[in-house]
Amino acid sequence: MNAQDYKKGQPRWCPGCGDHFFLASLHKAMAEIGVAPKDIAVISGIGCSSRLPHYMATYGMNTIHGRSAAIATGVKVANPKLTVWQVSGDGDGLAIGGNHFIHANRRNVNMNMILLNNRIYGLTKGQYSPTCERGFVSKSSPYGTVEDPFRPAELCFGARGRFFARAVATDAPGTIDVLKAAYAHQGASVCEILQNCVIFNNGTFDSVYSAAGRKQNAIYVRHGEKLVFGENNEFGLVQVGFGLKVVEIGKDGYTLDDVLVHDAHSEDNTLQLKLALMGNDDGFPVALGVIRDVQAPTYDEAVHQQIEEVKAQKKYHTFAELLETNDIWEVK
Amino acid sequence: MKDSLDIRERDHVVVRFSGDSGDGMQLAGSIFSTVSASVGNSISTLPDFPADIRAPQGSLTGVSGFQVHIGADLVYTPGDECDVLVCMNAAALKTQYQYAKPGAAIIIDTDSFGPKDLEKAAFRTEDYLGEMGIDPDRVIACPLTTMVRDCLKDSGMDLKSINKCRNMFALGLVCWLFDRDLDIAFNFLREKFARKPAIAEANIKVIQAGYDYGHNTHSSVANVYRVETKRKVPGRYMDITGNKATAYGFIAAAEKAGLQLFLGSYPITPATDVLHELSKHKSLGVVTVQCEDEIAGCASALGASFAGSLGVTSTSGPGICLKSEAMNLGVIMELPLVVLDVQRGGPATGLPTKSEQTDLLQVLVGRNGESPLPVIAAFSPTDCFDAAFEACKMALEHMTPVVLLTDAFVANGSGAFRLPDLADYPAINPPYVPQELKGQWTPYMRAENGTRYWAVPGTEGFEHILGGLEKDDKTGAISTNPENHDLMTRKRAQKIANIPVPDLEVQGDKDDADLLIVGFGGTYGHLRAAMDELRQQGKKVALAHFRNINPLPKNTAEVLLKYPKVVVAEQNMGQFAGWLRMKVDGFVPRQYNEVKGQPFKVSELVESFSKL
Repeated sequence: MNAQDYKKGQPRWCPGCGDHFFLASLHKAMAEIGVAPKDIAVISGIGCSSRLPHYMATYGMNTIHGRSAAIATGVKVANPKLTVWQVSGDGDGLAIGGNHFIHANRRNVNMNMILLNNRIYGLTKGQYSPTCERGFVSKSSPYGTVEDPFRPAELCFGARGRFFARAVATDAPGTIDVLKAAYAHQGASVCEILQNCVIFNNGTFDSVYSAAGRKQNAIYVRHGEKLVFGENNEFGLVQVGFGLKVVEIGKDGYTLDDVLVHDAHSEDNTLQLKLALMGNDDGFPVALGVIRDVQAPTYDEAVHQQIEEVKAQKKYHTFAELLETNDIWEVK
Repeated sequence: MKDSLDIRERDHVVVRFSGDSGDGMQLAGSIFSTVSASVGNSISTLPDFPADIRAPQGSLTGVSGFQVHIGADLVYTPGDECDVLVCMNAAALKTQYQYAKPGAAIIIDTDSFGPKDLEKAAFRTEDYLGEMGIDPDRVIACPLTTMVRDCLKDSGMDLKSINKCRNMFALGLVCWLFDRDLDIAFNFLREKFARKPAIAEANIKVIQAGYDYGHNTHSSVANVYRVETKRKVPGRYMDITGNKATAYGFIAAAEKAGLQLFLGSYPITPATDVLHELSKHKSLGVVTVQCEDEIAGCASALGASFAGSLGVTSTSGPGICLKSEAMNLGVIMELPLVVLDVQRGGPATGLPTKSEQTDLLQVLVGRNGESPLPVIAAFSPTDCFDAAFEACKMALEHMTPVVLLTDAFVANGSGAFRLPDLADYPAINPPYVPQELKGQWTPYMRAENGTRYWAVPGTEGFEHILGGLEKDDKTGAISTNPENHDLMTRKRAQKIANIPVPDLEVQGDKDDADLLIVGFGGTYGHLRAAMDELRQQGKKVALAHFRNINPLPKNTAEVLLKYPKVVVAEQNMGQFAGWLRMKVDGFVPRQYNEVKGQPFKVSELVESFSKL
């Protein structure tokens, strides 16, 4: 398989839109994963990013606003053999679709949940979204918003999410790594993709949008490896009290030994959440890569396992046999 | 017990059990119907729950009732008023006496008519019978609680558990009144409490005590009810509620189609029993998902259909509003989906436990855009099976969402159900995409009858994307072309219009009726009984009862325009009459509309129709 096998049509997104970058990475990741297009369902809601299934040579649906996680749940539970990619934007997934997002995570449906976060409503021409920082000025908030945003990782973890990863749309290798890890993870795998909207929210993730920016302002987290970053990995994250702190290795008495080793497999998500919530405004690097990856029973598998168990237990397996389980009398 | 108590022998008898919602009236009533059905009586039941699950004990709002109509002949309704009323407390007597026929026998537990009970039930004096104008001669007043406690004093049970057996004493007493075989009741209880044999035996002991009490006190009364068996169609029967019959219909259709049944649902009264029933039958491979909301119930079912299952969602009341968006997605994606709407009183939360036919226009036209879909309405509890089967067959063969309408009365009511043989039911053949179209197929290619083909994920060479945006007729790509949208709108409408439905059957004086009664769905029994009664009075009356609301039977106009007078009787403000007027040029019916949350009363129908 190569990326071409998963491609279809000509994307209609604005030139420079983060969706273009992500789509190319998704095609490549799918080719590397190697599941045949016939066994893949790509399911989106409504919004700029939800056009994505139309550019896939797989099965798929571009459904209704916010409901793609619920529809994808039905697809996966009905046929667990399908590989399901559920694609959503920040408005589609976290505003109108917030309820379905949290419950898909809680149930741990085995699907890859892509959250294309550009912190704006693009298709409706520039209203603030639930991931906009307080005070954000948009067409629907000309004097700035007076509400706080969701932080997707927090919502995912609050819903007992077992997988959370983050990538920047322009970072193809980083995105492909994250998508492959999401596929490999059995359960609901949330991938937050940071991307720019050139028209309505240009520059929203500027600090990490270029490779050079990521060198300075991002940290790639890898399970089992030291949490170091910087041009020459000269900085590290250490735990101080209840919080994290950025230190320069070799300064102020900090050595590499003091630097935390990333544990994506830890059930306890406390430190994973701290990593996920780091932001440049607070003097931290933005965490990229697989932040949390914990195994747990998946919903779709459990549903069918229970059916098999009950089948083995009960003596009726056809409609005719079911009828016989009732109190029956005969009229002659 | 008074010797003058007059309980006549009759073909048809209505018994109403009533008490506090914790008194187990539903159980007592349903055991009594099972026992009666098993001796070959026709039965029809009406559970009447309070809307408040945890209303204060003994309060007027906490009264729960269960009415059962038993007859030697076919019975169509649970009966308007009861011949025997069981009142487990003062509040029950206060609220339920209105449902008793003049002269009905009334059984009361005198232990629950103390000063505090009377106060809670808003009686002003201790002469509660006098206050209600009830002749004490027809009251079976017994210290029921005392007798139950006495009966179980050596059982080792605590007082609370003992009190829970009060309903069984009443049941035993009623069984005595109707000369019922207690063994059937005993077997029922032994099965229900298979894991708690001590509870089963305690209940059995109390039933026997109630029966014996009746026997002992009535030793001098010879004329008790006996209901003879005169059923015409031989066969094997079971007792079934409408909701259970609906669930069975879904299971049967999935098996017939060779598909996995998938139910996406969210609990809502009075549809929840369908979720309960289907959740039990995993051994038949049924998948049920209790979703986060009504929206997800419908959305997940649609997703399951996309993946190749028979997707079904069930709801009631406000739930149908929430499902309309995903139903519409099913309309434009042209995927099978069955939406069960057990209608209840509205608008909004309305009367959650009561019955209406007020969702008709909502399911027909209550979606954005031109959104045609088939609507089928079940006639009776047992008919829910056939209606559910038909809804599934239609959805699968015509690639469309289908709404199955029942209502609280039909869903909770029950009847004797002749066990169906699936071999007698038609095959279900979904239009799977023919392999030979590989390479040239596009998603909106249609078979001769206008139906889109079904290409199930996993099939190589038929990968495609569906969606809520309008698609090009030829390529299946997104299209905003005005001509194409017009064409696709017409194709979707034509596809539904092409669905074959049986001709409308006219019952009664079909050649020379002066009055044609028209109805749909769950009011069949009442309208039929009203017609029978009018004809017995010598009037020329016919009945045309609709099961297919969309598309309508082909002979609809012919039937509706044939008779001098037509009355459309429905439990709403005239929605079906309006739908028919829209579909049949020149049709101007009279209307009989009632929105009380209760089934029609045959006597009122007869009176009203007589004046037309």
